[in-house]
Amino acid sequence: MKHSKRSVHRPQFISGSELPIPTLEILRADGSLYEGAEEPELSRDLAVRIYRTMIFTRILDERMTSAQRQGRLSFYLTCAGEEAAVAGSVAAFDPGDMIMGQYREQAALRFRGFSARQFMTQLLSTRNDLGKGRQMPVHYGTRELNFMTISSPLATQIPQAAGYAYGQRLDAGKAGGGASHCTLCYYGDGAASEGDFHAGMNMAAVLKCPVVFFCRNNGYAISTPTAEQYAGDGIASRGVGYGMQTIRVDGNDLLAVYAASVAARRIAVESFEPVLIEAMSYRLGAHSTSDDPSGYRSREEEDRWREMDPIARMRLWLYARDWWSEGEEKAALESYRGEVLSELKAEEKEPKPPLAALVEDVYDTPPWHLREQIEALSEHVRRHAEHYPAGKGV
Amino acid sequence: MAEMNLLQAVNTALDAAMAADERVICLGEDVGGFGGVFRATSHLQEKYGRERCFNTPLTEQGIAGFAIGLAAQGKVPVAEIQFADYIFPAFDQIVNEAAKFRYRTGNQFDVAGLTIRAPYGGGIAGGLYHSQSPEAYFCHTPGLKVVVPSGPRQAKGLLTAAIRDPNPVLFFEPKRLYRAAVGEVPDEEYTLPLGEAELVREGEDITLLGWGAQMEYLLKAADLAAAEEGIACEVIDLRTLLPWDRDRVAASVRKTGRLLIAHEAPRTGGYAGEISASIQETCFLHLEAPIARVTGLDTPFPLANEKEYMTDQWKILDAIKASLNY
Ligand SMILES: Cc1ncc(C[n+]2csc(CCOP(=O)(O)OP(=O)(O)O)c2C)c(N)n1
Repeated sequence: MKHSKRSVHRPQFISGSELPIPTLEILRADGSLYEGAEEPELSRDLAVRIYRTMIFTRILDERMTSAQRQGRLSFYLTCAGEEAAVAGSVAAFDPGDMIMGQYREQAALRFRGFSARQFMTQLLSTRNDLGKGRQMPVHYGTRELNFMTISSPLATQIPQAAGYAYGQRLDAGKAGGGASHCTLCYYGDGAASEGDFHAGMNMAAVLKCPVVFFCRNNGYAISTPTAEQYAGDGIASRGVGYGMQTIRVDGNDLLAVYAASVAARRIAVESFEPVLIEAMSYRLGAHSTSDDPSGYRSREEEDRWREMDPIARMRLWLYARDWWSEGEEKAALESYRGEVLSELKAEEKEPKPPLAALVEDVYDTPPWHLREQIEALSEHVRRHAEHYPAGKGV
Repeated sequence: MAEMNLLQAVNTALDAAMAADERVICLGEDVGGFGGVFRATSHLQEKYGRERCFNTPLTEQGIAGFAIGLAAQGKVPVAEIQFADYIFPAFDQIVNEAAKFRYRTGNQFDVAGLTIRAPYGGGIAGGLYHSQSPEAYFCHTPGLKVVVPSGPRQAKGLLTAAIRDPNPVLFFEPKRLYRAAVGEVPDEEYTLPLGEAELVREGEDITLLGWGAQMEYLLKAADLAAAEEGIACEVIDLRTLLPWDRDRVAASVRKTGRLLIAHEAPRTGGYAGEISASIQETCFLHLEAPIARVTGLDTPFPLANEKEYMTDQWKILDAIKASLNY
């Protein structure tokens, strides 16, 4: 039996708040370090790359939100407010590590080299989309960059990440020593209430999988505040219950996120264990373009968090070290705005995927019934071309 | 050739697959050292180590999700769900994840290696929760293959094919026959093609179609029909339910003019409905009687009246006569 052996001889209960988990904070809002804080090793090149990722993501989000309002795409969802949590974590991982995300982690994709144009192919579901135009906007995925295609059902990636990491561990076993690669799994505070969360965390811990579970605790699941999502000490307290190394960080503090992520990855690959990171942050924007937060939270609350913007905080830190200048800032913003808009425009001219692709990839090859069905559908569309967008091409 | 039961055939297939390909991994509740509650994974941990054959915590959604992740990473997981009745916590992972993995990623990622095995079916005094036949739920899901063996030879050949198939496969094993069905099984590794039905017996008067544990009853009924009334039944084992071998069944129905489909699962929404509709579309002018369905009732699976409830040879025989006398 596996449990602690200390006994008491009178009923003694432990409350949910008795084991408070501290929050790692390194960078103050003004860009200076907390007293006694240990700054992670972070080269200028990497710091600037992370920062550029963050501002690109912010601009992509702003531009795509307005493009959605103009009716140029059907749906969008921003990372706004959580750029440090996502960029700071992905930067600590190897490009060969698998990322299994939820949907608000476009900064991770960008960090790995996903181009503005590639974002557009998915958002507009053109024939160039790696996902062949099959999923709603923001369900990105790229094998080349080891970013598993996003899936809408929440938390399903969590037990999958455990399994994926177990496979990575088996591969490492052959080479001897630690794992060469691990899995980075993102999810939200709401998704953490799903059964798959508990299943996946427990399996990863019991089966010793090199995976880092990164919870973006941004205060809300659509309109539901965390106070109505769970009663314990955040998501982190659960990691302790599952017997895994756990840390909570200020998610708007790039240095804290990065430092924790570097250490977490090391634990995962060196000792084959899962690690839980809970990054405390705030979803600055609406849940998605289909949502209006004014119905469930106040302007004042949003403003309070806007003052703790992770991008501004990192910028001040970079300025203080002379690693970044106002001139560079201005030039970068301008170039990203131009890039995003011109790539959007260019991709808008691209056609949709062909109708025949409808039955591809259901199986490795379409069985007889799918061949029959697509033939019948194509014939129908041909005969009634005027009623269908695809008819125009026939 | 060796004489063995269906369970041994499953074990042999797993053993050979693990020996041939080190990516093959067996996981599930109690499948490790214990070898599974039915012993389908006996000795596999001993032979291939704890890393390749292991117990999981008790979580079906976790087992399915974990196996999907393993398959996406390039491994060939064979996950056991202890009873098909307990597959429902994993329903989302199977239906929304495994089945759609290749499609939604534009073929960038897949779970080609995934097989999920589960003992199914009644006749073992298992009541509501150790007797169900949930195949129809999964046959409604594009992207899955659904396979049901009817005996030891089929079990070994079909399971080997399922493990090698580049699509997620659900493999439902008739647990009533685990030890009861005994037959000759080739020693070497072999596959039986998925998607192909097996013509078990030729006949001219009526086509009897089933899968898994129903095949035994269909054959008994065919014997009785021949003995009592000289009726010559053609008997087909569907073997793969999704995608199913419509051409094989249709060819037979065009010859006999009559079709009877039997399954243990409840009637409404059962897979016999789908087959009937398709055969009626393709063979309408050849049919000499309505397509007959012999199925479970639209109730949960009973305990006390199990014998009465089961779709057995007597019910099938009645339905054969009704069809011939239509
Ligand atoms: C299984 C499932 N249930 C419900 C939804 C609908 N849904 C989409 S996002 C969302 C909220 C998720 O919140 P959280 O995990 O905190 O992530 P955040 O959006 O805050 O980043 C809900 C309920 C879903 N996609 N999947």
